[in-house]
Amino acid sequence: MDNSPLWRLLLGRFVWGDLPMVIAWNHPTVSSLIAAGAAVIAVLGAVAVFGLITYLGKWRYLWSVWFTSLDHKRIGIMYVCLAVVMLSRALIEAALMRLQQDLAVNSPGILTPDHFAQFFTTHGTIMIFFVAMPLLSGLINFAMPLQIGARDVAFPFLNSMGLWLSVAGALLVMISLVIGEFSTGGWSGYPPYTELAFNGGVGPDYWIWALTLSSMSSTITGLNFAVTIYKLRAPGMTWMRLPMFTWTALCTSILMIFAMPPLTVATLLLAADRYLGMHFFTNDGGGDMMNFVNLFWLFGHPEVYILILPAFGVFSEVVSTFSAKALYSYVSLVIATVAIAVLSFTVWLHHFFTMGQAPAVNAFFGIATMLIGIPTGVKIYNWIWTMFRGRVRYTAPMLFSIAFMVTFVVGGLSGIILATPPLDYQVHNTLFLVAHFHNMLIPGTLFGMIAGYQYWFPKAFGFRLEERWGQVAALLWVTGFYLAFMPLYVLGASGVPRRSQELFNPAFQPWLAVALLGVCCIVAGFGALVLQVWSSIAKREQLASPIGDPWNARTLEWSTPSPPPEYNFPVLPQITHLNAFHEKKRHGGAYQPAPRYRDIEMPANSACGLVFGLALCGCCFGLVWHIWWMAILFFLVTLVAGIIRSFRRDLERIIPAAEVEAQDRAWLARVAAATPVTRDLEASPLNEGLALWRE
Amino acid sequence: MARVSEPELIHAGLNLRNHSPAALRRLESDVFGFWVFLMSDALLFALLFAVYGTMLGGAPSADSQFKIGPAFQETWLLLTSSFTYGMVSLSLKLGLRRRWVALWLGVTFCLGAGFIVLEVSDFLDMFAHGATPEASGALSSFFVLVGTHGLHVTSGLIWIVLMAAQMAVYGLDDRVKINLIRLGLFWHFLDVVWVAIFSVVYLRGLLA
Repeated sequence: MDNSPLWRLLLGRFVWGDLPMVIAWNHPTVSSLIAAGAAVIAVLGAVAVFGLITYLGKWRYLWSVWFTSLDHKRIGIMYVCLAVVMLSRALIEAALMRLQQDLAVNSPGILTPDHFAQFFTTHGTIMIFFVAMPLLSGLINFAMPLQIGARDVAFPFLNSMGLWLSVAGALLVMISLVIGEFSTGGWSGYPPYTELAFNGGVGPDYWIWALTLSSMSSTITGLNFAVTIYKLRAPGMTWMRLPMFTWTALCTSILMIFAMPPLTVATLLLAADRYLGMHFFTNDGGGDMMNFVNLFWLFGHPEVYILILPAFGVFSEVVSTFSAKALYSYVSLVIATVAIAVLSFTVWLHHFFTMGQAPAVNAFFGIATMLIGIPTGVKIYNWIWTMFRGRVRYTAPMLFSIAFMVTFVVGGLSGIILATPPLDYQVHNTLFLVAHFHNMLIPGTLFGMIAGYQYWFPKAFGFRLEERWGQVAALLWVTGFYLAFMPLYVLGASGVPRRSQELFNPAFQPWLAVALLGVCCIVAGFGALVLQVWSSIAKREQLASPIGDPWNARTLEWSTPSPPPEYNFPVLPQITHLNAFHEKKRHGGAYQPAPRYRDIEMPANSACGLVFGLALCGCCFGLVWHIWWMAILFFLVTLVAGIIRSFRRDLERIIPAAEVEAQDRAWLARVAAATPVTRDLEASPLNEGLALWRE
Repeated sequence: MARVSEPELIHAGLNLRNHSPAALRRLESDVFGFWVFLMSDALLFALLFAVYGTMLGGAPSADSQFKIGPAFQETWLLLTSSFTYGMVSLSLKLGLRRRWVALWLGVTFCLGAGFIVLEVSDFLDMFAHGATPEASGALSSFFVLVGTHGLHVTSGLIWIVLMAAQMAVYGLDDRVKINLIRLGLFWHFLDVVWVAIFSVVYLRGLLA
């Protein structure tokens, strides 16, 4: 039946044997049962979510308030939700990989080599493209327009499209868990291994299209953020009055605009090889895989700064706020951020020192790499000096920030080792490298994003997160990180290759056991974050801080109610100082009604972004399985949806001045009734979000 | 009819009626956003040029397979179409009637379509002589570079049709005007890319 022409026409190259459940039924091994179990969990999870929403009758609410919303704050929150779902999967994969290596010293362990390869590929792909990128896009989306005093981003519809393209890519990775398999070529997917000649299955195709969707999403998202910051700043918000997080958002956006096209080109040329029989990266026909490697890292290296700069921005905001001091040497932080952004394009070759270029070339890129340590070092000192003699409160975001400062320096030192070509020859492609980049990305991106999420959570939802669970989470994440990755430095320096499914030296066993313990701590840390949300929602009455400024912060986003109204500011603020809100509080300008309210024009909801995302997901699924009718049909759906939208003219709706004024005055009345609290009472139920700013 | 020198003209061709300062700011960011998109798109072509450059040595090479004649005719068509699109912008700027805008848009469409027809027949001719993208890495990179430009021109043609339809429905309203400005940027950008393709791929190929 699987081979009939009608079947092939309708279902492409799909056969029943592609389902992990069928494979597990025919060949029940631990590895295939894990795959089948994961598929069943994914399907049941989806069914459970659908069932729950239907049971609660929340479809209409989700559709009209969230899915079709063009509000940058809601889109930001949806990005973060996407990231959390994907993070849970990638963490489980990390734990299983550690378990496998712990069990597989002179024994096959539980995962077959092929299955293990899928694990490290999906883990890397998900963590970079569907956890870190959505997290930073989400936080920038939420906070940046508020920080610059804008009503929304420059292109609200493009913003929604970016979100749904990311969702489409993530969906494709999740579908690969249930139907077929994912690539085994690592997150960087080097050809010729990922070419048809060696890898004819659907795995690399899933990888190609998931990345293509994600890179298109990031390109338009970066464009949108950059234009917003260039053109939509509130009156008086000059460049040197931009909050630090917005500066990092700007640099990240510019990197996205220029670093994403190389990835799009790399994946699409690989697709041209696989689908059209071309010879870009093949072994034969004059293909050159070095082109792929260069293109990939031309994206890949700026990418790590795309991931890290927004976290630097978060740390700047968090450290300044929870030390109750202005940032130490703002100007040098700005210069350092821009310097990192520029230098990030000059170092991509350090990802392949060993691939045969002349020593002079390696030396150039090694030195350029080390240069990046200078502006980064400047930043570390800035944060330390900001804390110095400040009124430091060890809240959860602050704990993550301090852990970052220490841990990131350790990672930077191992980076200097790797940046030295002769040393790199010794440790490249070993667990030393794995330890190094986790040492940069976990504190540098994940800790930053978690800190940012905890910092801005009360702004988004009107109540604070419970501190206790946050502190427990910080403790578990930091301990877990050191236990999981310090042993990998040792193992890597002892010569253990990365991505090994089985190891053969019993002396490695203790280190692997410690690393396994570490990953368990990290999983527990993730659990603590989930419990934190759970218990905070339960106690939301006690934690409520609707006035909007629970930490006595300095930037503009805290001058709005929590959660902020759709239009952010009843009237656009006039900026006179770097610490805009802080100055207003000092001079009594905060919490004043506007002299006059005007009608506000906001973008109306649109389902078009959602249609785009789902249709392109369908199109890519068709391409993966060679179901051509499906690919063409869904591509046409995208095209028609875009054309229909281009003919619409009712894209805005007006919020009348009277409504704006009523909302603003109601909030001001609450402000007048609220009790200002000192920093000592920050974590107590008394904190309604009105800060007693002079203590 | 507004004169060219009137001070309220911020962008060539944009005589937005009843424009408030907010609308003009909106317009600024709309057009600026498209410039940023073009920068990103330019990078895409730059990378394809780089890939083409590194694969020149392969055999059969693109130099030995393409014909300069059709490429030369394509060049004339596309350069002329850029001129005629300039006339679209001028008609907008001078506040001429809709039919003038539509006329020049139509001429641009015909020239662009002629370009695509010539390019496709040129490609088919190359295929007939065995010069297919599968034949070598060099030819893969040739067809992808030139073909990506061709796909861009095709999407430009679809865009022209859509703009004509929107003009028929809405007349020259603000959104149509903004999109005509963006389409103009796109169309001239494709011309610039083609000049680079003609010089780097075709003329350099003659020398090789």
